[in-house]
Amino acid sequence: MKSHVWRPLVVVLAVIAVVLVARKFLVPADFGIGARGYMYGWHRAGNEQQWKEVKVKYKTAAFCKDCHRDKYDEIKESPHRNINCENCHGPALNHPDDPKSLTIDRSRELCARCHTRLPYPNSSRGAMKGIDPKSHNVGLDCVTCHWPHDPRKEGHKR
Amino acid sequence: MISRRSFCKKSLLIAGGLAIPLSCLELFDPKRLLAEKDEKGPRWVFLVDTRKCVGCGFCVKGCKVENEVPYDANVTRTWVERYVVTKDGKTHIDSPKGARDGFPNKGIDIGHGKLEEIRDEDIEKAFFVPKLCNQCDNPPCVQVCPVGATYQTADGVVLVDRNWCIGCGYCIMGCPYGVRFFHPVFHVAEKCNFCYHRITKGMQTACVDSCAFGARRVGNLRDPEDPVTKIIMTERVNVLKEEYGTKPQVFYLGLSKEVK
Repeated sequence: MKSHVWRPLVVVLAVIAVVLVARKFLVPADFGIGARGYMYGWHRAGNEQQWKEVKVKYKTAAFCKDCHRDKYDEIKESPHRNINCENCHGPALNHPDDPKSLTIDRSRELCARCHTRLPYPNSSRGAMKGIDPKSHNVGLDCVTCHWPHDPRKEGHKR
Repeated sequence: MISRRSFCKKSLLIAGGLAIPLSCLELFDPKRLLAEKDEKGPRWVFLVDTRKCVGCGFCVKGCKVENEVPYDANVTRTWVERYVVTKDGKTHIDSPKGARDGFPNKGIDIGHGKLEEIRDEDIEKAFFVPKLCNQCDNPPCVQVCPVGATYQTADGVVLVDRNWCIGCGYCIMGCPYGVRFFHPVFHVAEKCNFCYHRITKGMQTACVDSCAFGARRVGNLRDPEDPVTKIIMTERVNVLKEEYGTKPQVFYLGLSKEVK
């Protein structure tokens, strides 16, 4: 084994040993193959939990219903029944603690998302009630005349 | 003539020599891999009904807020494309700001703040197509990750480990659907994960909840009673770019050839 031919082998073995030891310390304990095998599941298992712990911001109308039953019932009876409260009122977050009140988007642009007239055949957008925001009561908020919780009712009672 | 001493020495050498490749095989034991494949639990899929989408963009707004994607940066996990096919056979496609604010202009956004006006009578057909991560069953983005920072969970969702991603961008290049982008704050790869924090709590994704038209639905493919599964199994659904062999798990109703 004193031959110069064997000496590089010792070096290679030493490098492999260093890599194995370094790997032991650097790679997290939960790193390994997941359910999808080596090709797709090679990961740090703890990360799945990290993603599950992301905070839920939009709590849906089912959450609003508990306190704002009257508003909930009104919109559910109206043509706007499928629009979630938080689409216009913003995400609930930790409401009512934080924020104490939500910022309501009453802008024309919000209504115009659906109600700008786009003449598209074969798309349900073409069948929607729409206006041209450049000519329809420019400068006025839509809610001045249209009650968003039930667009069949007129005016904004404020 | 072989001596007892040399016989013992050589047998030990052969046994030791065999042990090395065997220990390597232990690392890649296919049987164990198969046993760890969990076929129970959900397999999340998505169903987009392009016939119902009106291009309001509430899904994009909801997604950006829910998933803390910088609101004004021109990156988004989901977006809506507008296709306007004119009678001269041309297809005009745009998605201003990913349709975060819907489609406020009738003209097609052709970049640099310019709009291409199309006369109403020239329109042959026009429609909106929401896009998001396809959570492919054979995700090319996962294959190319050199560090194991992106992976597929047992329920089929492809996630990115923000602590482990080195930001090399291979996955962003590897995705044939262009759904991945570089997160401007965390400086790692970012993508739609079907709101993993919501679906694992039994909620819908933020985009599904904000869609007032039922154009977006999320479901569990392993539950035969799931309404989304029933539609995927019985109706004429389509997927994007199936020729890539990625087996996308976002199914489209009413998909047109201009989109594919």
